[in-house]
Amino acid sequence: MESCNCIEPQWPPDDLLMKYQYISDFFIALAYFSIPLELIYFVKKSAVFPYRWVLVQFGAFIVLCGATHLINLWTFTVHSRTVASVMTTAKVLTAAVSCITALMLVHIIPDLLSVKTRELFLKNKAAELDREMGLIRTQEETGRHVRMLTHEIRSTLDRHTILKTTLVELDRTLALEECALWMPTRTGLELQLSYTLRQQNPVGYTVPIHHPVINQVFSSNRAVKISPNCPVARLRPAGKYMPGEVVAVRVPLLHLSNFHINDWPELSTKRYALMVLMLPSDSARQWHVHELELVEVVADQVAVALSHAAILEESMRARDLLMDQNVALDLARREAETAIRARNDFLAVMNHEMRTPMHAIIALSSLLQETELTPEQRLMVETVLKSSNLLATLINDVLDLSRLEDGSLQLDLGTFNLYAVFREVLNLIKPIASVKKLHVSLNLAPDLPEYAVGDEKRLMQTILNIVGNAVKFSKEGSISITAFVAKLDTLRDSKAPEFLPVLSDNHFYLRVQVKDSGSGINPPDIPKLFTKFAQNQSTGTRNSGGSGLGLAICKRFVNLMEGHIWIESEGLGKGCTAILIVKLGMPERVNESKLPYMPKMPTNHGQTAFPGLKVLVMDENGVSRMVTKGLLLHLGCDVTMVGSSDECLRLVSHEHKVVFMDICVPGIDSYGITIRIHEKFTKRHERPLLVALTGNTDKVTKENCMRAGMDGLILKPVSLDKMRSVLTDLLEHRVFFEAI
Amino acid sequence: MDFVNQLQRKFIDYSSSLHREGIVDDQFTQLRKLEDENSPHFVMEVASLFFEDCEKLINNMAIALEQKQGVDFKQIDECIHQLKGSSSSIGAMRVKNACIAFRSFSDAQNREGCLRCLQQLSHEYSLLKNKLQTLFLLEQQIVAAGGSIPRVH
Repeated sequence: MESCNCIEPQWPPDDLLMKYQYISDFFIALAYFSIPLELIYFVKKSAVFPYRWVLVQFGAFIVLCGATHLINLWTFTVHSRTVASVMTTAKVLTAAVSCITALMLVHIIPDLLSVKTRELFLKNKAAELDREMGLIRTQEETGRHVRMLTHEIRSTLDRHTILKTTLVELDRTLALEECALWMPTRTGLELQLSYTLRQQNPVGYTVPIHHPVINQVFSSNRAVKISPNCPVARLRPAGKYMPGEVVAVRVPLLHLSNFHINDWPELSTKRYALMVLMLPSDSARQWHVHELELVEVVADQVAVALSHAAILEESMRARDLLMDQNVALDLARREAETAIRARNDFLAVMNHEMRTPMHAIIALSSLLQETELTPEQRLMVETVLKSSNLLATLINDVLDLSRLEDGSLQLDLGTFNLYAVFREVLNLIKPIASVKKLHVSLNLAPDLPEYAVGDEKRLMQTILNIVGNAVKFSKEGSISITAFVAKLDTLRDSKAPEFLPVLSDNHFYLRVQVKDSGSGINPPDIPKLFTKFAQNQSTGTRNSGGSGLGLAICKRFVNLMEGHIWIESEGLGKGCTAILIVKLGMPERVNESKLPYMPKMPTNHGQTAFPGLKVLVMDENGVSRMVTKGLLLHLGCDVTMVGSSDECLRLVSHEHKVVFMDICVPGIDSYGITIRIHEKFTKRHERPLLVALTGNTDKVTKENCMRAGMDGLILKPVSLDKMRSVLTDLLEHRVFFEAI
Repeated sequence: MDFVNQLQRKFIDYSSSLHREGIVDDQFTQLRKLEDENSPHFVMEVASLFFEDCEKLINNMAIALEQKQGVDFKQIDECIHQLKGSSSSIGAMRVKNACIAFRSFSDAQNREGCLRCLQQLSHEYSLLKNKLQTLFLLEQQIVAAGGSIPRVH
């Protein structure tokens, strides 16, 4: 329509079409304006919309289209040029924008479509994760169940409780229909139904063990699915139900367990029980992997718990056994004690009863011997006497031995003369030895103490016995007795390995060796010698005349004296040596006037007993001074010589421990010197000991010395040993006055 | 070796004879015991000292007894005392006994008796000196021959 400047009426008188166009345009414009509004509204509402620029473009496009249509409304009537230009502008703009939008959409629409596919993908992923979550949760559940089950099972040590609990807990965890435990029987050839979940008291229902299915289950340590028709699984009355899946697993039994296996040791190889689990029928449930794993774990735990229970039962049984044995032993001991007491009483009584007539016989026979007798009678009396002596000895020996064995014998300790013991033994044995023409020699070591503390009687008895044996079993030759103090190295003899001597200060070990050149003993027979009543049969025709008790008693005496006795022999005909070691005590230092002082160590020449002891010797006589000096030097002293009292007073110092003064020389006032020395040294411990040397043996001299304040007096001549012992005594007691 | 053994035997015999005759006593044996590595000639030294002492004392006594004016018995007593001490220290028994006898005369102030005793004393002393010197010679011979001096009990 061309623009004209004519004024047109408001409503054109045209037809309907124009009217409808007018209305449509209006509505289009409206719609076009509202769409972007809606878009803006909804996009504002949603948080995410990546294409804002597109929106703006679209919005612009639509707005312009709307504007175009709106402006169109004015063009239906006569309109001015302005309207026309506006219209044109709008249209041009719209065209531009729409072209641009069209171009943009080519890029944007595929993107929008792919959003949708991504959404689908994510949804799938989420579903998968959900599933996995479910699985993990179930596994964790299972684990918790296992732990709980284990805890329940292991919280008790009673076999039945363990098994019952297992079944109950398994049921709770897995919701089983039935759970059963089949145990191998005593014979091991059948499985017996021992425990079930639902049935309270299963009847002894057995199944042979060598079923292929059972073998299959036993050969693997996994839970195995078995057919519900298997004999072990047929536990419920068959119904019209579809039976649920069944799983069986082996439970290893350790052979210590108390399932009646103890009588059959050859069946100690692996034995298994069978656990059968049944899912509820008609439930369409399947055994899941995690459930199978649970079952396997439980089976192992049950095995462990059962073995613990079995061990506990064993130990309880052992303890009961021990208690019974204890009681029995106690009873036996009491009985033994009673028996011993009874025997001792018997022996004591019999001893007295036996000895009295014995003594009578011996005494009267010896009296009879003294009277007038015919030779025949004499022979008879002698035989009677000899036999009764033997009998008396036998009685004594038996009594002694029995007391020794009880440990009721005690030694009579006392101080005795050791040398005298040996002399006595020698005297007793000499007659017999000389009759047999045997030479007996006694050799006592010089360091053997003269006196000792011990049981004199029994020591003599022992030595006499050994020497007597030596004499008895020697037809010719000689017997030598040696006695000495045993030193530590000789004590640890290889022949006596169990003898462990302990050295102490006031004891010493006496070693006595008796060597004979008699018939000797076979080395293998030696151990038997000391056993009671064992005669040495191999040495044939020998009138031993002994009961065989002698050595046994000796051994026991020696043991009481904490010693050891043994015999060495190289063989028959080579003689033998009896060696005896006993522990004796050292007597206390006896009064000087009774015994000479016995040094503990053997003396040897040149021994310096007093090294460096500073001594002052005062003697006018040159020779005697020199002799005294020689003596003291020999003993290791540091000697200073003076020849006059002035010199003495000048040289004496607190370093000198002893001052020897010769007081038999007239002209020297020894007593004066003594007093002056006392004055010089006021403190007692600084003052040297003052000893007088004199040849005068009168009491007056001694009294004078004592009065003057001297510490000692020695008579000349002084021997080396005397000087040594005097010095020792002097230094120990700080006083020594020789007995005049 | 045989020669040494001979010498040693001779020594032992001689030593025993000295003891037997009473010329020396146990004290002499004690002196022998004091001989060791530190003092190998102890006895010889003591003996020589004794000889010196003895001679001196005997001389003094002789002079004292010669005095015409008056015998100084006190001095003689002192000498005897000394001699007795020395001789008992060395173990010269007979000399010591002679001294004891001398003393009794000296106490009694018997000049004649003293002279007689002095003579006796001299005699004993010479005997002792000879014997001991022989003994020491034997000792030296043994040592020179390479042997050791045997101990005499």
